[in-house]
Amino acid sequence: MSDLKQTPLYDLHRELGAKMVPFAGYAMPVQYPLGVMKEHLHTRAQAGLFDVSHMGQVILPGSDAAAALEALVPVNLVGLGESRQRYAMFTNDAGGILDDLMVANRGDHLFVVVNAACKEADLAHLRAHIPEVVEIADRALLALQGPAAETALETLVPGVAAMRFMDVATFDWQGAELWISRSGYTGEDGFEISVPAAQAEAFARALLAMEAVEPIGLGARDSLRLEAGLCLYGHDIDTTTTPVEANLAWAIQKIRRTGGAREGGFPGADVILAKLETGATRQRVGLRPQGRAPMREGVEIYADAEGGTPIGTVTSGGFGPSIEAPMAMAYLPADLPEGTTVYGEVRGKRLPAVIAPMPFQPTTYKR
Amino acid sequence: MKFTQDHEWLKPEGDLVIVGITKHASEQLGDVVFVELPEAGTEVSKGDEICVIESVKAASDIVAPLDGEIVAVNEDLADNPGLVNEDPMGKAWFFKMKLADMSALDGFMDEAAYTKFIG
Repeated sequence: MSDLKQTPLYDLHRELGAKMVPFAGYAMPVQYPLGVMKEHLHTRAQAGLFDVSHMGQVILPGSDAAAALEALVPVNLVGLGESRQRYAMFTNDAGGILDDLMVANRGDHLFVVVNAACKEADLAHLRAHIPEVVEIADRALLALQGPAAETALETLVPGVAAMRFMDVATFDWQGAELWISRSGYTGEDGFEISVPAAQAEAFARALLAMEAVEPIGLGARDSLRLEAGLCLYGHDIDTTTTPVEANLAWAIQKIRRTGGAREGGFPGADVILAKLETGATRQRVGLRPQGRAPMREGVEIYADAEGGTPIGTVTSGGFGPSIEAPMAMAYLPADLPEGTTVYGEVRGKRLPAVIAPMPFQPTTYKR
Repeated sequence: MKFTQDHEWLKPEGDLVIVGITKHASEQLGDVVFVELPEAGTEVSKGDEICVIESVKAASDIVAPLDGEIVAVNEDLADNPGLVNEDPMGKAWFFKMKLADMSALDGFMDEAAYTKFIG
């Protein structure tokens, strides 16, 4: 793992007994001694601290940044209020998704967080279209998630409890400037905190010193986001899926749609706007396998218990510790309603699964 | 008790042998969420993949350690796969088999050799 990059919390992960794995070019903790299942359940019951410093942090300065970034995403950013954050995706000319991202309006600049695996490509894409793009390489990014997150963070950073879901604000902690958003990727209430690299370990230690807070690895991060019905780029969404097929049409505001004041004007607009009108032929849906056997990524889905050709494929799947059952996401023909039984082929056997609403686990965002 | 390089333990019981996975293997797997067992009465050959263990991370196989017949399986594991993590060397046995040749057990590692093997 010597050629892997390290986050500012690398030494702390080792000290905490994390099992480190390569992920998007970084050595990252996949689990701590608690184990994936208990880490997952702890996050839902109390609070989990995640190191997400491998993700890309980018600043787009200037008052024109929102208009410029709108040329790359089908999302209303000009109308994004100050101190607010919004989910977006970079699209390509075919209407596929290059990456998904969070965009925050921090007054005189936009603060953008992108996926680790797409970071370099995203930066090149941004630089090709936007004059000033600043990669922030000297800050860590932490996520504190779960019902006890608010109380825990408020203890260290008075004032955060007043924030609502998708608010962003700047706070001070012992002289360190924190950029905090009330968001995350677990379905729980919580925060993401950008902290200067030099203070990151001390800040993480201060959180971990609290009874309610445990360190959580990538393993539980994956089962938490899947229970919450959230997409993992490169698995549930990629360049072959449009936002409409991916069931992310909710992220495309009216103003960017056909007939809106700023209709289109993003890559692949013709494809995406047409699909918004007509609907997609296939769609990302939730699946609840009926037995205990998980249906993992790559499992092919059939309409019938025998014969036929696959009608779709699982893009993420596993066991949900909170729902105590297997769960999956798959792309299936859009005309199949919720409640339909389909069959996943697992080790040569067709096992029933029901098309189910997502999230699998109710979200607890503080709106 | 004997141990295989596939991290299974084999415990003779009369003319049968009880088979499970080692504590080391259960720790490597992580939290087990699903176990698929063979059917009693199945004739198996050494190396056959006869059980599936799904953990939160991935699916793994258990192979038949020797030629023989599966005579009993631990149905408790189907309802409570977490037993594999709680008590891998005891309550979480997977199956009992009748070996074609009981003396074949002698070729496997004892506990000291296995401990060295996993180093």
